[in-house]
Amino acid sequence: MAWKRGRGVAAINYPTGMNLGGDPTQALVHSTPTGNFMVTLSSVDLGQGLRQVIAQICAETIGVPTEWVTVDTADTDTGPHCMGTFASRGTHRVGNAVIRAAQEARQVMLEVAAEELEADAADLETDGKGNIHVKGAPSLSISIFETALAAHFKHGRSISGRGMFLVPRSYPETETGAMKPSTCYAHACTVAEVEVDDETGEVRVLSIKNVFEIGRALNPKMVEQQLIGGSWMGMSHALYETTEPYYPVRDHGARDFNEYLMPGPGDIAETEIVVLERPSGDGPFGAKGPGEMCANPQIPAIANAIYDAVGVRVDTLPITPERVLRALRAQQAAA
Amino acid sequence: MAKIAVQFTLNGSERAEFVESGSTLLSVLRDKMGDTSPKAGCRQGSCGACSVIVDGELTLACLTLAETSNGKDVRTAAGLSSGDVLHPLQRAFEEEFAAQCGFCTPGMIMAATVLLERNPNPSREDVIEAISGNICRCTGYEPIIRAVLAAARSNSVAA
Repeated sequence: MAWKRGRGVAAINYPTGMNLGGDPTQALVHSTPTGNFMVTLSSVDLGQGLRQVIAQICAETIGVPTEWVTVDTADTDTGPHCMGTFASRGTHRVGNAVIRAAQEARQVMLEVAAEELEADAADLETDGKGNIHVKGAPSLSISIFETALAAHFKHGRSISGRGMFLVPRSYPETETGAMKPSTCYAHACTVAEVEVDDETGEVRVLSIKNVFEIGRALNPKMVEQQLIGGSWMGMSHALYETTEPYYPVRDHGARDFNEYLMPGPGDIAETEIVVLERPSGDGPFGAKGPGEMCANPQIPAIANAIYDAVGVRVDTLPITPERVLRALRAQQAAA
Repeated sequence: MAKIAVQFTLNGSERAEFVESGSTLLSVLRDKMGDTSPKAGCRQGSCGACSVIVDGELTLACLTLAETSNGKDVRTAAGLSSGDVLHPLQRAFEEEFAAQCGFCTPGMIMAATVLLERNPNPSREDVIEAISGNICRCTGYEPIIRAVLAAARSNSVAA
């Protein structure tokens, strides 16, 4: 009876968004009288950081500092339609809709600035710091603050834009069943090292090393944070978490945090993250959806590592000591 | 039911309220005194999101009757900074990206505050032990452990 070591590897493709009846998101952008910008959404920031990324996308498109953008989220009574924040679709779908809305708002902004500067709107550019000037002639300049005031009080214009991003529904071909469930995919590969106690069935994860390909990381620190937390959650799904441990018998289901198992700070494995960026063709600035994808490859990698350690295949999650022990007993009985 | 008076020091200020007998410290802090930094997570002492410091002891506000805090010194995450100057733990949590959705953060910082007050140079194991009563669902804990260790280092440099 001993702790036995094993190593497992797994790789995944993960779709960004979904395709049930088409996948739309809409966004509205408008400027305040003083040239700050408001993004109105009904998409939810449930803590993943959507607001920050959307503010960056809007600011980059209009040509203003990120701090000038306020994002209003999550009122489905009053906001423009969004399918929701799920399926790793937020950055991609909402981001694309916001780019379109921001482009329309930017166009109005440049038209007003053109009137003020007596220039052609097509000859204007923004400096990203809050000013608009004629290309090649930085001294022919107007601030976005002044432009917004002029739009509101002189020209009677609304510096605003509407954005819509729709992934149309894809129907399967009758003959082959082939369809296009998603327009872009994130990828990941994980190597897990484990120790398995062949007497008790307990599994210890020693290390988890992940490579994630997530399109463009629009906010690299937030992406890294999501991936580290996701890697932990993948380990948690592999070994700990379930609401139905003896499904379909529900007697032992977890009812609260005392009974719902999760690895705590003392159970975490040495974790490594490598980010690869291969910008997607249709994502906002090349982004894909890293949200859920990052908690998946650890599960098969850990299952494979357990097989490598003790030679049993456990195909039911979570891989509890009981399940490992039952598999070991079956293996011994068959020998 | 008759209301009862509770009076204690909250982050250095004398505070008093009339509350329903049986009110928890958490509900009095959040609903009566307007300090929403302690979070109502599980309301049964499992998640640590409501952690506050009472007379120097890390305390689950959701399991504490408000009247037992009479005359005591209650501290919450809202009282950590001095004006615009963040506490070293708050700064470290920001720099290490140790908060994502942020719901566990005030409780984590309270647990870490008590740790550093008692043990200014904790080991990694000490930090793990200190935050083991606090559940985080976003970060995987590693950034939080790093932040507490970084705050301890910055304290020892400052001292």
